[in-house]
Amino acid sequence: MADGYLEKRGFRAWAFTLDHKRVGVMYLWTTLTFFLVGGLFAELLRLKLMTPGPGFISDKTYNVFFTLHGALMIFLFIIPAIPSALGNFFIPLMIGARDVAFPRLNLASYWIFLAGIAVVLGSLAGPMDTGWTFYTPYSAKTGAAVTTLSFGLFLVGMSSILTGLNFIVTIHTLRAPGMSWTRLPLFIWGMYATSIIQVLATPVIGITFILLAAERLFGIGFFDPAKGGDPILFQHFFWFYSHPVVYVMILPAMGIISEIIPVFARKPIFGYKAIAYSSMAIALAGFLVWGHHMFVSGMSGVAAFIFSLLTFSVAVPTGVKVFNWIATLYRGSITFESPMLYALTFIFLFIIGGLTGPFLGSLGTNVQLHDTYFVVAHFHYTMMGGTVMGWLAGLHYWFPKMTGRMLNERLARRACLVMVAGFNVTFISMFILGYKGMPRRWAEYPVQYQTLHIIATVGSWFLAAGILAIMWNFWRSLTKGEIAPPNPWRGLTLEWTTPSPPPADNFEVLPTVTDWPYSYGRKEGRE
Amino acid sequence: MTGESSAHGENAGGAGGSARLGIWLFLATELLLFGGLFTAYTVFRLKDPGLFHAGSLRLDRMLGAANTVVLITSSLTVALGLDAIRQGKERALKICLSLTLLLAAAFLGIKAFEYAEHFAHREFPGTDLFFSLYFMMTGLHAIHILAGMVLFAGILWGASARKFSADYHTPVEISGLYWHFVDVVWIYLFPLLYLIG
Repeated sequence: MADGYLEKRGFRAWAFTLDHKRVGVMYLWTTLTFFLVGGLFAELLRLKLMTPGPGFISDKTYNVFFTLHGALMIFLFIIPAIPSALGNFFIPLMIGARDVAFPRLNLASYWIFLAGIAVVLGSLAGPMDTGWTFYTPYSAKTGAAVTTLSFGLFLVGMSSILTGLNFIVTIHTLRAPGMSWTRLPLFIWGMYATSIIQVLATPVIGITFILLAAERLFGIGFFDPAKGGDPILFQHFFWFYSHPVVYVMILPAMGIISEIIPVFARKPIFGYKAIAYSSMAIALAGFLVWGHHMFVSGMSGVAAFIFSLLTFSVAVPTGVKVFNWIATLYRGSITFESPMLYALTFIFLFIIGGLTGPFLGSLGTNVQLHDTYFVVAHFHYTMMGGTVMGWLAGLHYWFPKMTGRMLNERLARRACLVMVAGFNVTFISMFILGYKGMPRRWAEYPVQYQTLHIIATVGSWFLAAGILAIMWNFWRSLTKGEIAPPNPWRGLTLEWTTPSPPPADNFEVLPTVTDWPYSYGRKEGRE
Repeated sequence: MTGESSAHGENAGGAGGSARLGIWLFLATELLLFGGLFTAYTVFRLKDPGLFHAGSLRLDRMLGAANTVVLITSSLTVALGLDAIRQGKERALKICLSLTLLLAAAFLGIKAFEYAEHFAHREFPGTDLFFSLYFMMTGLHAIHILAGMVLFAGILWGASARKFSADYHTPVEISGLYWHFVDVVWIYLFPLLYLIG
C-alpha cells in the first residue's frame, strides 16, 4: 500500500506531518490501544465478579481497576475516538478541502493529547481509586495522585478544545464550491454539533480540574464544607461538562449511521434537515440537563422537576433521528455488508439504551435505580452499543478508503454477530441485576446476585472474542486484503470520488458540488 | 493560535477570516474557563455576603485602580499598534508593542507587590473562601497576562523580521483580540473583588 498519502514512511514523516489524514490515523492507533487496554480491565472486573466473596484480586485492586476502566475508556477512547480519528480523516475529504483550517494546530492537538496521556498514565501508576467522576471530598483527600491526574486530563481537554475549534473553522471556511449548508453530509453536521460542545463544555471541566488541584495543593476550600465550601458544587461543575460530553460521544456515531444507512438501503436519506437540526438540538439541550446526575445529591424539588423535564426533551431529537433512519430503510433495497450490519446493530442497541434513559430521567424510578447496575447497563448500551458500534460501523465503512484494502467480509459479519450476542447477554443481565438492587462499584455482593453475574461474565467472553476477531481482521487486511477500488460501496459523498487511499492533497482537482449527497435510487452512485 | 491557514474554496474569507473565527471561538472557551470561577464567586457570595464584604476591605483599592488604568492603557497601545500596521507603519507597531509589554510587566509588578503584602499579613489561598477566590481569579488572570506577554514578544520578534505589513497583519490582530479579552476579564474582577467592601 505504498501509495496515496501513505507513501512517505518513517518516524518523522508521521510525527511532524501536517496531513490531517495522518494525524487522524495517529489518533486512531492511540485510541484503539486504550480501547483494548480498557477492555482488558473490564474483563478482569467481570472475572472477579463471578464470585460474591473475596476473589483473585483484592477489593482495593478492584477499585483501582474499575477506575482505570472508566477513566481510560471515557477520556482516552470514547471522547476522542470518532471526532479526532475519523473526524480528522474525513471532514476535509467530505467537504472537498485539502486539509483542515489550521494544520499545525491540528498536529499540536495530537501532541498535547499524547502529553496529557503520558501525565495521566504517570498518575495512575500509584493506584487511583476515585472512580472516573473524582467526586469531592474523597478526591481532595485520597493519597492517590489526583493532582497529577487533573493536570493530565486538563491537557487532554485542551487538545479536545483545539480539535473542536479547528473543525468548526474548517467547516465554516473550507467547504468546496457549491457545498452549501444543506448539501453538507450528515456526518459533518454531527461533527459540527460535536465540536460546539467540545469547545463550550471542555473549559468548564478544565477549571474544575484546576480547582480540584488547588484544593489539594492550597486547601482553597471551595469543595470543603468545613471551610464554607460545597462538595455539591464540584458535582455541578463536573456534570456541566460530563453530561454534554456524552453527546460528544454519541453525535459523531449518529453521523456515521446517517451516512451508512442511505448507502446500503440505496435510498435518499429521509428527513435530511430534521436529522441535521436534531444534531444541533441535542447539542444545545445537552447543556441544560446536567442536574439529572444529582437527583439524590440534594437539590430542590423545583430544580429536580425542571432537570427531569429537560432530560426528557433530549429524547425528542434523538427519537427524530431513529425514526428517520427507519423511514430511510423502509422499502429500500437493503444489502447487509458489514458496515450496514454494524449500523443496524447500532440502531437496535441504541433504542434499548435510549429507552432505558427516561427510566433514569424520571424522578421516582431514578431514586430506586440510582447507582445500581441498571445505570451501568444503560450507559453501556448507549456508549458501547451506540458509540462503539457507530465507530466500528465507520471503521468497516471507511477501511477501504483509509488503507486501500478491503476487509474480509465473511469474518467481519461473523465477528459482529458473536460480539453483539455477547454484548446483550452481558448487559441485559445487568439491567435485571440493577432492577433487583445490585449496587454499582461493589467488589463483593450478596450471594443472591451470583447467577446473573456469572451469566454476565460468560457473555463478556463472547464480547471479547468478537472484538478480537474484528481486530485480527483489521490487522490481516492491512497487508492481505483485496485492493480496494475508489468507491466500493457506490457512495455519493466526496471522499469516494478520490482514489483509495487518497493522495496527500486529497483531490487532484478540488470538486465542485452541484447536488446533495443522498440522491440514491434516482441517480446511481459514481462507480 | 497563529497556525498558518490553508484557506481555499469559495467560502474562505482568506487566511485572516479563518484565524479571526478561530480566535473568537478560543475566546469563548476562555470565557467559560473563567465562568467556573465567576459561578463559584456568585454561589459563595450569596451564601456569605459578610465574608466578602470584610475580605474586600483587606484589598488595596488604590493599587487595584492603578492596575486597571495600566491595563486599559495597554489595550489602547495594542489598538494603536494594529491601526499603525494597517497603514503599513512598522516602526509605530514596534513602539506600541514595546509599550504594551512594559505596561503588562508593570501590571504584574503591582500584582506581585499586592500578593507580597497579603502573604505578609498571612492571607493565603485557603485562608478563607474570599481569599481563595481572590487568588484563584487574579492568579488565573495573571497567567493569561503572562501568556499575552509571550505572544507579544513573539510578534515584536516577527515585526523586527519585517513579517508584517499593511497587507498581512493577522497575528497582530488576533493577539490584540486576546489581549482585549484579558483586559475585559480584569474590568469585571476589579469591582467584584475590590469595590464591594
